[in-house]
Amino acid sequence: MATVSLTIDNVKVEVEQGSTILEAAKQIGVNIPTLCYMKDINAIGACRICVVEVQGARALQAACVSPVAEGMVVKTNSAAVRASRKMTLELIQSNHPQECNTCQRNTNCELQALSEAMALGDIRFVRPAQSHSKDDIDNSSPSIVRDPRKCILCRRCVAVCEKVQGVKCISTMNRGFETVVAPPFNQSLNDVNCAMCGQCSLVCPTGAIVEVDDTGKVWRALDDANKHVVVQTAPAVRVAIAEEFGMEPGTLAQASWWQPSPPRL
Amino acid sequence: MGAECKCNCEQDKSLDALFAQNKGNPNGLIVVMAAIQESQGYLPKDYLVKTAEELGVPLSDVYGVATFYAAFSLRPRGRHSVNLCLGTACYVKGAPEVQAMLEKEMGIKAGNTTEDRRFSLDLVRCLGACGIAPVLTVNGEVYPRMSSDKVSEIIAKYE
Ligand code: SF4
Ligand code: SF4
Ligand code: FES
Ligand code: FES
Repeated sequence: MATVSLTIDNVKVEVEQGSTILEAAKQIGVNIPTLCYMKDINAIGACRICVVEVQGARALQAACVSPVAEGMVVKTNSAAVRASRKMTLELIQSNHPQECNTCQRNTNCELQALSEAMALGDIRFVRPAQSHSKDDIDNSSPSIVRDPRKCILCRRCVAVCEKVQGVKCISTMNRGFETVVAPPFNQSLNDVNCAMCGQCSLVCPTGAIVEVDDTGKVWRALDDANKHVVVQTAPAVRVAIAEEFGMEPGTLAQASWWQPSPPRL
Repeated sequence: MGAECKCNCEQDKSLDALFAQNKGNPNGLIVVMAAIQESQGYLPKDYLVKTAEELGVPLSDVYGVATFYAAFSLRPRGRHSVNLCLGTACYVKGAPEVQAMLEKEMGIKAGNTTEDRRFSLDLVRCLGACGIAPVLTVNGEVYPRMSSDKVSEIIAKYE
């Protein structure tokens, strides 16, 4: 296998030809922050958080999509790199609702963690009107909630829905500030062939795609003296419960009171 | 069938040929969509669904492309295409007043088409004719140094 040697942050490293700068840095334990990148699934150079300085290059390069070259000299944490990343983050945040406290992803959000790591103190360019409003929240699905206000357009969900699930019921629509990740023809998730697998919510770095939170319903069931509560982890909860109650394997358990969740406010 | 045929059948046939030619070829997407836009004046939903099926492209991607490029339109366009420049020069020379008058006369907001499909009104950015700002074009015909009092006379020329 042909290899290439280069220098990253003053450390010499030899990697396989065709590797990216991101992969090479990882090999020597240098962590380059990323947002849109997902190994083997999404390498599109969209967010520009992973930029690094390559000696002799005209502009900063996105490490996740830039292949290494022989003799390359890379700096992953220079002043220019830090300034650029911070500006990128600030611009992303300028069109982001600042409601971390009440967000389902609070303390478990990549955007929040990066902002903290980079000590983003000030967001100087808050837009007078954000691109999307609460009216754009899609809570039609019994399983998944889409909140376009919080979307940073990394397209990780789009990639996973297409390449891992083979569904591709969501994609990027419109352009500029109006860009939104959604099903086609302004449909809601419940109108299209979404499999409700939850892969998109799993990879979303922010709170833009999350699972429906039914904790309140569980509490109400627990508090109901006339109810016997059974716990079963997904997948195929209904089939498992039906089997437990002696029905034909494969039967979908359905209580007489069951109906799809009404839209939440 | 007694129904009046509104489509342009000749062009419809050439679309069929194009579909056949691009069967299973996702790379033909833009070409096929441009041909639909050309023949129908917009991208009807049925055609987009057919495009997705024939070319083997997810419908979400087809719709994404349709909403990305300004050259594509998802609603029928008017017979006359009215473009008002809102570039910097035109803006400072009074294009906003012209826009307000156009919208009032046509009874629509910019970016839309009148109910009778007589006009589509769009805003554009700098036509490269700043010396004659504010600039209005109707079907490509240029109206220089526009002012709001010229609006009704100009649109009356187009039926
Ligand atoms: S839940 Fe699964 S199928 Fe539905 S949009 Fe997300 S990834 Fe696609
Ligand atoms: S919904 Fe989440 S994963 Fe999808 S593009 Fe937006 S931020 Fe990225
Ligand atoms: S992680 Fe490299 S551009 Fe987003
Ligand atoms: S700004 Fe209108 S033509 Fe240049």
